[in-house]
Amino acid sequence: MNLYDIVFYFFAFVTLASAGVVVFSRNIIYSAFALLFTFFGVAGIYVLLNADFIAVSQILIYVGGILVLMLFGVMLTNKVIDVEMKTGTLQTLPASVLVALIAGALCGIFYVTDWKIVRGVSAPATTTNSLGEMFMTTYSLPFEVASIVLLVALLGAAMIARKDRLPQIKNQK
Amino acid sequence: MQVSLIHYLILSAILFSLGIYGVITRRNAIMVLMGIELILNSANINFIAFARYAGMQLDGQAIAVFVIILAAAEAAIALAIVLNIYHRFNTVNVDEISRLKE
Repeated sequence: MNLYDIVFYFFAFVTLASAGVVVFSRNIIYSAFALLFTFFGVAGIYVLLNADFIAVSQILIYVGGILVLMLFGVMLTNKVIDVEMKTGTLQTLPASVLVALIAGALCGIFYVTDWKIVRGVSAPATTTNSLGEMFMTTYSLPFEVASIVLLVALLGAAMIARKDRLPQIKNQK
Repeated sequence: MQVSLIHYLILSAILFSLGIYGVITRRNAIMVLMGIELILNSANINFIAFARYAGMQLDGQAIAVFVIILAAAEAAIALAIVLNIYHRFNTVNVDEISRLKE
């Protein structure tokens, strides 16, 4: 077992253990903070797969953006002071059976399928340069569409979350 | 056993299953969103693992960037909707929210 394997198992353990905390913890604050470690673990997995740009975007966007957004959501939708932030679960047993079936089926398919692996390809030192080139050539249309989607989504989110939207509309009428 | 493609695939399968479990058992809307984020991350691990083991083709990584972009958009919209629901119904329990308007 060489260093690569040890690092892989470390990051896999961090990812799965904290994902377990996210899913099974009763306290939603614990879940939100465990999600932080899940995202870091996944970023480590990306580094092991020679995806340095994605790993950094993962940390910037997920940890810096989405997780902070989630925490804001938790803080704004729970009465922090007087009620404990427990979240209920339902139908645990059928859900466990269903999820075990899904996991077993997926792992079985992954194990049985004869994946074609290209060996002996040396990974480039960085991927950012070639990725940027791809976004400007092969994927230029999806790239532009994604930017419009982001713009629309952020404008829409700001519009939806505004508090005084309804009274204003009534006043205009 | 040497770490290879199958290890990454099984890691993503377990992460996907945990995400599904979170989505179907939790009643808090924000917990459901967290489960969806886990599912998107597991899909991304698959994309990047296949990109790495198919001879370092970068198309998988490009798709992963789009997945991250859409995850950010989805989280922003969904949390805005959840905040609005909380404002209206004073709860974020997805079982109790069954009407589109009051």
